[in-house]
Amino acid sequence: MSFINYSTREINCKIVYYGPGLCGKTANLQYIYDKTDPNLKGKMISLATETDRTLFFDFMPLKLGEIKGFKVRFHLYTVPGQVFYDASRKLILKGADGVVFVADSQVDRMDANLDSFDNLRDNLQEHGYDLDTIPLVLQYNKRDLPDIVPVKELEEALNYRNVKSFEAVAIKGVGVFETLKQIAKEIIIKLKG
Amino acid sequence: MDNLFWFSDEGILSKFESELDRLKIESNAKATFLIDKNGQLIGSSKNTESYDKTSIGALVAGNVAATGGLANLLGEKEFSILFHEGENEHVHISLVSGKLILVVIFDESTSLGLIRLRVKKSLKVFERLLIELEKNATQGDKENIFSDITEDDIDNLFDIGGK
Repeated sequence: MSFINYSTREINCKIVYYGPGLCGKTANLQYIYDKTDPNLKGKMISLATETDRTLFFDFMPLKLGEIKGFKVRFHLYTVPGQVFYDASRKLILKGADGVVFVADSQVDRMDANLDSFDNLRDNLQEHGYDLDTIPLVLQYNKRDLPDIVPVKELEEALNYRNVKSFEAVAIKGVGVFETLKQIAKEIIIKLKG
Repeated sequence: MDNLFWFSDEGILSKFESELDRLKIESNAKATFLIDKNGQLIGSSKNTESYDKTSIGALVAGNVAATGGLANLLGEKEFSILFHEGENEHVHISLVSGKLILVVIFDESTSLGLIRLRVKKSLKVFERLLIELEKNATQGDKENIFSDITEDDIDNLFDIGGK
């Protein structure tokens, strides 16, 4: 839920990166963190296990420019992708203004992508959101690996809403800022009403 | 525009902050914060510059959400108070009308008993202010700052940072 504070003239929005385990959600945030001017970002918090798998969430506040004299800030979150952390995923989706679904392009992860996408729909519904209307952007990650699904097939499997989608190699930064910009746009357009 | 939480009433906002200051002084705490359940900072007491308020907000909200989930599993509606005891610094967290979160950071210069007593008093004030805020929010016409935003305005947001 966007938060507008007239006293401090700030707009805060929450973006959640969602997707199956090891698809590259944290890599997206890490790249954004590494490439952003230190004055514009807060601390990146990773609540991870000893093996660096996300346990609860990663969080990073990002200050952007101004709109009509209001400072715009996005709070970026990831969810844990592993199936058994569903309770955590539900909690983090609460109050989300927009979702980036990060799909793993590898052939043998296709079932995990579809399961995660269904799980996103169910968890959004529990908060009263609709996957058909919430600002959404798709990212097809790991395009540099062998044995990947053609984009056309990923589109057919996941992009029934015909939203913007981006090919990415998150660890190298390919497609990362394009995805972020697009979801920010979608959120602001939705707020315009 | 129903997916928005407006804080347009600056008068009430300053009342929230006055109460946060009063609570900090009367309980001899180090800092007091008020955040919403999504972790957005609504107000803080004076002299909190040394704290990373944005991160505190996100982590406290995550904490409250996680213990709320645990409460549900145990058949409780929610846990209204959380307390974290450190070696030197402690954090007292309480829910305001189930909507906002009051955070008090304190050390050995005060006691948990005093914090609890003063928090109880302040919760009543915050609850009253919240009712006032909600009443006003349904009355006033708010300026829609997004109404005449262009694609260029949105693109310009990204002129800084990133590529």
